[in-house]
Amino acid sequence: MTAGERAARRELAELLSAKEMVVVCGSGGTGKTTIAAALGAQAAITLGGRVLVLTVDPARRLAAALGLGPMGHGAVRVPAAAFAEAGAECRGELWVAMLDTKAGWDELIRRHAPDAALRDKVLANPLYRNITGRFVNSHDYLAMEQLYDLHASGRYDLVIIDTPPSRNALDLLDAPGRMKEFFGSRLLKWLTVPYRSRLFTMASKPFYQVADRILGSRFLQDIAEFFVLFQTMERGFVARAKEVERLLTDDGTTFVVVSTLEAAPAREARYLAEELRLRKMPLGALVLNRTLPPEVRQPAAAKAASKLREAAADTRLLDELGATVHADPQAVGHVLGEVASRFRDVTVVAGREAERRRELEVVVPLTAVVPAMANDVRDLPGLIAIGEHLLGSGSR
Amino acid sequence: MIDLLDRQLLFVSGKGGTGKTTIAAAIADLAVRRGKRTLVCEMDAKGALANAFEVGELTFQPTELQPGLHAMVMNTEDSLREYLKLFVRIPLVARIGPLARTFDFVADAAPGVKEILAVGKLCHEVRQGHYDLVVVDAEASGHIVAQIDAPRAIRELVHVGMVRDQTEWMLEILGDPARTGLVVVATPEEMPVTETVELVEKVRSTTEVDVAAVIANRVLPQWFSAADASVFEALAGQGAAAEKAQELLAQAAGPKVATVFQAAALAQARRDVAAEYLARLRDEIPAEVPMVLVPELFTRAGGRRVVSLVADALQDELT
Repeated sequence: MTAGERAARRELAELLSAKEMVVVCGSGGTGKTTIAAALGAQAAITLGGRVLVLTVDPARRLAAALGLGPMGHGAVRVPAAAFAEAGAECRGELWVAMLDTKAGWDELIRRHAPDAALRDKVLANPLYRNITGRFVNSHDYLAMEQLYDLHASGRYDLVIIDTPPSRNALDLLDAPGRMKEFFGSRLLKWLTVPYRSRLFTMASKPFYQVADRILGSRFLQDIAEFFVLFQTMERGFVARAKEVERLLTDDGTTFVVVSTLEAAPAREARYLAEELRLRKMPLGALVLNRTLPPEVRQPAAAKAASKLREAAADTRLLDELGATVHADPQAVGHVLGEVASRFRDVTVVAGREAERRRELEVVVPLTAVVPAMANDVRDLPGLIAIGEHLLGSGSR
Repeated sequence: MIDLLDRQLLFVSGKGGTGKTTIAAAIADLAVRRGKRTLVCEMDAKGALANAFEVGELTFQPTELQPGLHAMVMNTEDSLREYLKLFVRIPLVARIGPLARTFDFVADAAPGVKEILAVGKLCHEVRQGHYDLVVVDAEASGHIVAQIDAPRAIRELVHVGMVRDQTEWMLEILGDPARTGLVVVATPEEMPVTETVELVEKVRSTTEVDVAAVIANRVLPQWFSAADASVFEALAGQGAAAEKAQELLAQAAGPKVATVFQAAALAQARRDVAAEYLARLRDEIPAEVPMVLVPELFTRAGGRRVVSLVADALQDELT
């Protein structure tokens, strides 16, 4: 391990001990969920305290490993015994919860409706089912609200949230702002003007004529009715959206971007870093996941590969090896040749990764690296192994 | 089975990070090689398609990147503008700009309007026959159904008006397997395979669109045959014999031969994991949906070169 890697581990551990909320983001397929869970597990081990990992859509095996049911509601504690079994002593507590991105609008309406009668009216509105979830990304917004609730509950020292797979990772961060905007929009004002006076004031406007011709006034009227109901909930929605927005730019919050060193995720990570900066949301660290071991780029390794290629034709050596491992010398030669020639593929990828890493390190000063693992991470020991790469084992 | 490239409209979807833009670009590239006049369209305007072809910013107005290959990005506002110009003959052409902006609010609120403006534009291109093939770098698996199913949703919601009238011919194009197909891209990993299986099932059961193919992308090469794999295991594994073998190899090729073997072991292990997912993918999608394999590329290059190499790989698979 290099001095730089040691420093990165220490700094990442310091970051986590200084913050109350860590938002893990990055493009799809980079292992965000695994990294979020590994950070949580290792933070509970080395930093102690109550740590909550909030995941969105974990792979089934990982969810099972953490004790999360298929649609887990509420936080579940990962038993201390599980840590002991994994050979780790956990100073703190690790809790996991699954963010419910399916409940969506019903939940929001229930929460913000001023009274039960209105709530039932909205829920029974024929257009409600079709409209909800379309005009603002309700799932993203809901995720942010749940995050706020958990934070406000004061039950955890550290909350690590794995962000939902969005078309754009930033949808999530913008969701509260968009909700606020939506309630202030001309659209809602226009739609909720009493129907007759709208006809009177708007009928002459070309917009209405065109809208009417294209969509039909019945459809617009249906929408309007729904929004009149909806507007009664404005205060609740807007107040909450403001609070969530404040939380995201709070001093106690930091962002961790996860990326692999492939072209598209690396590009996305750079873009994300820039967008976070524009939103004044602090980017604490970059985690480079599934990187190849740096040794493969050593010239001595390339030299060994080319010598291995020669060795693959050395019949005396092959006979000796064949006798040692009880295999046909010719097959041994074939395997050695294959191992040697494929090593070039590996070095090409490693070289490409090194270059992208240099590009990313300019953007994000604190970079932690997780090597490619032979197997998928499916259990707590696997998460802890990754956590140790990120934060160290705590026995410094 | 209907040949992928004989259709006129191909939506390419898949979980984020599986390489759907590259696959969409490669399908377009291959179509152009076969002499088809091709339009490739990026739906989410993130710039991935421009990156794949290594060109500057793409616009709603198609750009001819090379003879026969045209590229555009979808923009619902431009699509609305074009639609208004084509279908609504109002004496307001000069004011269509601010009008379209205002209308965008409605499009944001009304279910399916944005989607139908996007899908409508694509169907319009197919109907007009400006191109032999339109390839769509479509929404990721979570959003694709809302996109391709928009005309049906609109027809159910909107009872009168021009938009409803328009849905009929769109549905005719979308529901015709000889013309339209959905290609789902997956990589052999747990989540992409799970999402692909779910998406294929959902598209087949709830929409009119035919699933034309599942493309397993970035399939790692098989380094060894089964027999060779056991020889490799004997050489690189645990135990006294393997240790002795490693010693002999270190004498012959230097101590760093261990690194070379570690890299091979890592690659072999990753490949075995991927092979399981690949088998599950084939197993869990319906047998009549063809599965096409595109290998992982070990190349220094990116962008246009990668598109071309993936197109080569697709060509080998599709013939």
